[in-house]
Amino acid sequence: MYGYLGIDVGSVSTNLVLTGEDGIIKQSIYLRTQGKPIEMVQQGLKQMQAALLDKIKVIGVGTTGSGRHLAGVITGADIIKNEITTHAIAASNVMPGVQTILEIGGQDSKIIILRNGIVADFAMNTVCAAGTGSFLDQQAARLNIKIEEFGSLAMQSSVPVRIAGRCAVFAESDMIHKQQMGYNVPDILAGLCEALVRNYLNNVGKGKEILQPVVFQGGVAANAGMKAAFERALGHPVHVPPYFDVMGALGAAMLAREATNRKGTGFRGFDVADRDFKAGGFACDGCPNVCEVVEILESGQVIARWGDRCGRWSNVLERHEKIS
Amino acid sequence: MKVVYPHMGHMWICIKGMLEYLNVEVVVPPPSSKKTLLLGVKHSPEFACMPLKLNLGNFMEAAELGADTIVMAGGCGPCRFGYYAHVEHAILRDLGYRYELVVLEPPQKHIGELLGKIKHITGQQSWRRVINGIRFGYNKAEAVDKLERMAHYCRPRETKAGATDRVLQDALKEIIAVSAPEGLPVALNRAVDMMNAVSLDKHRPVLRIGLVGEIYTLLEPFANQDIERKLGSMGVEVDRSIYLSEWVNEHLFLGLVRNTGSSKLAKQKAVKYLRHFVGGHGLETVGSTVLYAKQGYDGVIQMLPFTCMPEIVAQSILPRISSELGIPVMTLIVDEQSGEAGLVTRLEAFVDLLARRKQTGEVLA
Repeated sequence: MYGYLGIDVGSVSTNLVLTGEDGIIKQSIYLRTQGKPIEMVQQGLKQMQAALLDKIKVIGVGTTGSGRHLAGVITGADIIKNEITTHAIAASNVMPGVQTILEIGGQDSKIIILRNGIVADFAMNTVCAAGTGSFLDQQAARLNIKIEEFGSLAMQSSVPVRIAGRCAVFAESDMIHKQQMGYNVPDILAGLCEALVRNYLNNVGKGKEILQPVVFQGGVAANAGMKAAFERALGHPVHVPPYFDVMGALGAAMLAREATNRKGTGFRGFDVADRDFKAGGFACDGCPNVCEVVEILESGQVIARWGDRCGRWSNVLERHEKIS
Repeated sequence: MKVVYPHMGHMWICIKGMLEYLNVEVVVPPPSSKKTLLLGVKHSPEFACMPLKLNLGNFMEAAELGADTIVMAGGCGPCRFGYYAHVEHAILRDLGYRYELVVLEPPQKHIGELLGKIKHITGQQSWRRVINGIRFGYNKAEAVDKLERMAHYCRPRETKAGATDRVLQDALKEIIAVSAPEGLPVALNRAVDMMNAVSLDKHRPVLRIGLVGEIYTLLEPFANQDIERKLGSMGVEVDRSIYLSEWVNEHLFLGLVRNTGSSKLAKQKAVKYLRHFVGGHGLETVGSTVLYAKQGYDGVIQMLPFTCMPEIVAQSILPRISSELGIPVMTLIVDEQSGEAGLVTRLEAFVDLLARRKQTGEVLA
């Protein structure tokens, strides 16, 4: 059997998905990135290989997420694509006719508007992280609640308290204040969800026409409290797809299928998981820009460089065909 | 007297040319870098926008090279920039720097006000020479703008990655090297020939994006994280709503030079959406977006430094223009954060969106 591998290296999680030739997910893996993208990609590949038992041959690889170039170099990806495109492709395959995608990840949140199956508009959070998963993560930690329990607790609330949502710092002080006043935890959590939704809709969804059907994905979609808060704010149902947390990787796998159409794959095999990759870096002293150049080394050999503005370092390496 | 002025893209080339022609000693600050930003951020009010912080950093770095007189543009109106020269001067004084300050402002009544300040810098030189010097600087700005425009055309079409930018640097050196007005036309011809020699694939389909927004962010590659080059390498031909020579002509010469590109048209186009001067380039941003839509551009990107009021006004109007004229618009806000990944993701996604739109549009047509 043949399959396509999609890898999404995000700020918080690293996800791998393997789809069959028909685009249906055979295996998905969700790992926390923990600031170690290379290790996590390798660990994910190992787990994937173990789960597949050599029954499926990978004939295409796509990478996405903020670590997409890194993952692409390590695995020899056939396509490296930004997360907006991959999320849109995955959602419109999982739910044909989808018109709005709400996506909240670890450090960014985005809204994607689709019309007739193509991306018509999108927005991402710009200078503020108040409307993202990391914010919920931090507040949960403050309240000593596991993020996994956040949603079910918030659902128990009867009267959500009002919490300022514009700024994470103000939200936190508001929350502490409400705690000291004696409100119970579920009501505070539900209030947090509503604050986040408000901020998201005002900040990211500003001026966008949110039409049904609406899909809610990204790690935060696991939180039932958030889904409920979105439904309350929008006044219509919000769908959370079964693989909501690996949609980026799924989209990357689908794009890999397109990219390897009538073409061999550049996949370097699962054994890259055992090779020695290191990320090094140095500050170039060629000009006052002092660019931070990043080098990816495989067993001491430089296989990729980026980060220089002028191309002095990245152009030295033989330029591969552009795939992103 | 050793004169320094802040960086804004290639502006230094023109001012250096002008002042050196007038025998004024010039200190060009090191190009804006992380160090510049660090210095600026450390000593600026937190709520000021990024241009102030970078200006301040420029001046501090130039002081190490012996500069003692600041020449800076001023302005009036709702944009805070008009007051930046004085604020920066005060901060520098508090830090112990001894700088003299000359603010070149759009004259309130007569161009003579501007000439007077230039006379202060240039000392006992004939008016004839001073005016020739100003014209020389202006012509250099025009030359640089011409080369930049050529680079915008070449980047998405170059057959060898990075070729355009290498040649552009060499071509700019030709302009920089010219020390007197007589030499400029010849040097410009040489530079243009160099740019023309870049090997291009003229039949490659490219997307066209108009860049609108605040002048400093548009012109200074350090502030906009080299957006023109990034878009160029993604196969996008860009155009800016503001070029230095046009701005100088309108704001400092009060439109003395005729028949050049001007923001007048953009301002007329803005009337339907915004009938009032909002400071900075807010009106031009609105008007240029309309113009780009009418000229068949595939998309528009607005850029502003965080907290820029005039552009925030424009930003809130752009969605309406976008839906009425059917042109996708994206806004990018720049600040201290230097994470390139976020910017590249947004640009890639925007370019993908435009490419898909164009594809399906062509199928329908």
